[in-house]
Amino acid sequence: MAIEDDVLVVGGGLAGVTAALAAADTGVRVRLVSHKESTLRQASGVVDALGALDGTLVSDPYEAVERLSDGHPYRTLGADALRSGFDLFDGTVTGYEGSHTDANALVPTHGGTVKPTARYPESVAPGLASDDRPMLLVGFETLPDFDAPRAAAHLERVGVPFAVHGVTLDFPGNLRADAAVTRYADLLDEAVPVDGGRVDARTALVERVKSHLSGAERVGFPALLGHEAHDEVRAELSQRLGADAFEVPMGPPSLPGTRLADQLYAAMDDAGVGIETGNPVVDVTTDGERVTEVTVERTHTAVPYAAEQYVLATGGLVGKGIASNRESVRERVFDCHVPHPADRYDWSVEGAYGDHAFARFGVRIDADGRPLDASEDVEYENLRAAGGVVGGADVAAEKSASGVSLATGFTAGRLAGEEVS
Amino acid sequence: MSSPSDTDVDDPTGSAPDDDWTYVFGEQGSLAPGESDLRPGADSCYKCSSCDTSCPVAEVDDSFPGPKFQGPEQWRLKRQGDEDIDPSVMECSNCMRCDSACPSGVPLSQMHNTARAEYVEEHVSKTSLKYWRNRVLSNYGLLARLGSKVPRLTNVVMGSRLTQLVNDRVFGITSEREFPEFAEQTFVEWWDERGGDEGSRRRARETRAERDDCEVDDEKRVAYFHGDYSNFNTPEVAQAMVRVFEQYGYEVAVPDQRCSGTPMFANGMLDDARRAAKFNVETFHALVEDGYDVVCSCTSCSMALRQEYPELFEFEGTETVSAHTYEALEYLRIHESVREDVADSAVEFPDLAYHAPCHARNQGLDRQAVELFGDLEGVAVDDVGDSCSGISGTYGWKSEKYDTSMAIGEEMFDHMESVEGETGMTECPTCAMQMEHGTGYEIRHPLELLDAALVD
Repeated sequence: MAIEDDVLVVGGGLAGVTAALAAADTGVRVRLVSHKESTLRQASGVVDALGALDGTLVSDPYEAVERLSDGHPYRTLGADALRSGFDLFDGTVTGYEGSHTDANALVPTHGGTVKPTARYPESVAPGLASDDRPMLLVGFETLPDFDAPRAAAHLERVGVPFAVHGVTLDFPGNLRADAAVTRYADLLDEAVPVDGGRVDARTALVERVKSHLSGAERVGFPALLGHEAHDEVRAELSQRLGADAFEVPMGPPSLPGTRLADQLYAAMDDAGVGIETGNPVVDVTTDGERVTEVTVERTHTAVPYAAEQYVLATGGLVGKGIASNRESVRERVFDCHVPHPADRYDWSVEGAYGDHAFARFGVRIDADGRPLDASEDVEYENLRAAGGVVGGADVAAEKSASGVSLATGFTAGRLAGEEVS
Repeated sequence: MSSPSDTDVDDPTGSAPDDDWTYVFGEQGSLAPGESDLRPGADSCYKCSSCDTSCPVAEVDDSFPGPKFQGPEQWRLKRQGDEDIDPSVMECSNCMRCDSACPSGVPLSQMHNTARAEYVEEHVSKTSLKYWRNRVLSNYGLLARLGSKVPRLTNVVMGSRLTQLVNDRVFGITSEREFPEFAEQTFVEWWDERGGDEGSRRRARETRAERDDCEVDDEKRVAYFHGDYSNFNTPEVAQAMVRVFEQYGYEVAVPDQRCSGTPMFANGMLDDARRAAKFNVETFHALVEDGYDVVCSCTSCSMALRQEYPELFEFEGTETVSAHTYEALEYLRIHESVREDVADSAVEFPDLAYHAPCHARNQGLDRQAVELFGDLEGVAVDDVGDSCSGISGTYGWKSEKYDTSMAIGEEMFDHMESVEGETGMTECPTCAMQMEHGTGYEIRHPLELLDAALVD
């Protein structure tokens, strides 16, 4: 026997969660299995749709879909799928901005670049580059991932319409170098006494920053302004600084990403989705036409899972849903076809940001989200794919990783659920 | 990784005398500058620090360098120079959360286990009180075997304030905790009285003849790894497990067994763990060969058999036992219509605040109890979140670790008190101790609830 459900989603990132929520919305029984804790925890928490095309910033992602090349998932599924994915996101998540317009917002990153994006946390909002209020960026000695003076210089060089300067301070509480970001957040969350018990961590931070304001009306910190109580921390800092405190999205492990993961996983709980993390899907059983069962390797023990419909959302080359060796490129779980040049020297080109074939590696899907084999026939009737495992988009260059996950996740989940119900 | 210290490299099957094994966490200075380090896993770490943010000890103790340092960083340092294992590895509680946090598949807990074993071997005096305290704590089963012979007397002695003070002052076992009481009758005594394996075979055949979903001659067999705690302290859990499985027509076998080794791994006592594991693998391998699957009621026991044994030992049958080991509820979810049966049942049971043990989390089992019992009429089961209880087996029993353990547990206590139920539920016996200690709640096991729901 097997653990049975109507729809089984393999993968726990943004695409998998979106698929699970979209499927559950059709009233069927859904389970999501994820190899590790959600990759959303590594993500910046900023949700993009389509930020750049041929090296030029995109202002309206929906309008730009037509200019994408054939085989791009947005072209295959249509701009409506992208819109539906964002509708699902907006209906699920609170504390995000950007849904009032189709146009991209410009969010400063910790490297001092500007990222065009469709949705962003409220904690990031006061930092938008379209705002012309003067800005101070604050970094911390013990946190080398964010060099505030350098990020400020970068922003000036890209020509932002406001004055910006950066300063590096000691974070209150004498944290050791390389302390986890959650340590910083906890000190602020709990307003822990610091400086020999003289003041609490929030007060100490305000005192340290204040003398560096020099007219700044907003102050950007690395994204560690509290965890459980982040709204309260930010509000108090803003009020006492007399300037809007905001977060600059950071690399992993990311608090905004973790907050987003927590919200989306809670939404799956509310929707009755069964969730199991910590173990990979390693094998599948098919009758040639349909997938009948998959095998989860649960700490060395093979456990069978069965469903009527399956969604593959295991990620791309980086997420390990797609694997490569010296000879070929393959999709790991269902061994779906992944188009790629026969000669591996053609997989990449000169230059870090060149038009690399590897950047588009992934399964190709039909308009129903089903992976296609080498002859462009569907691999399995009851299998759909979503997110990074779907090829045809250079999501890093286009800044479209989240949007591809939302569009493909929504399509795969909705259609899988509808086929059952 | 592990390696035999003498010449028996050609004989990895475990027939070498136990004492000849030394666990080495990277040969010192064996790596020339610039040479790449191909230990499986070490190179996969790209220092994203996800493990550090998942570590409950690092969360409350800023001086603890965290799993990334304890594993891959320490490995690199030691291999490139003459660095010794850092003493902080003894602060790790072996909750193993880092394993599932790592997006890159670095075998962190395995690295910590070998590093800790080397540290204890090389740097902890074998005549120190602390060594013997840790050794005694990690060999709880030996003590329990003696104590349970005269359970009432032992309970009185261990419960006395004087004993607790002596334990605390002299041995470093905290006096803050109440020593768990021994049951008047052990599970194995109950089992033997009930007719042992033969009696179970007879009952199972009778049940199979009555059930519509199986045949009298079906080979439904499980070998029960009950562990020390449910034998000596909570036989009601083990009895519930037996009743539920027999109800589904399973023949249960209860072979002689030793501690799973979990407390020994956590204390760096790998020689002790190795001896216990060897005994268990031999016993259960023979049963698996006869068509039995291994079932555990404690999630740390199933974790040890499934993950730690194959990561650390190479006895014949280790992999086979690992591949056939399940947690009890998990087994029924796979093989029986337990979900439908629970949904069709009703119980009278106090509402429950459920805590998922870290070791259940690592096996992907952290949500199954809440999911299953969500459909059961007559009881509300609330998940109290993903916090760690903080006791981590023997860790929270040590005087010097008690405060850290309680600081970690604080979030769980708060969450327990914020839900409706005033009875706790968990699979792990030491999490149960911590839950009871922090809230005063009585703590039950999911198998007891399943027993109440399904067994006539």
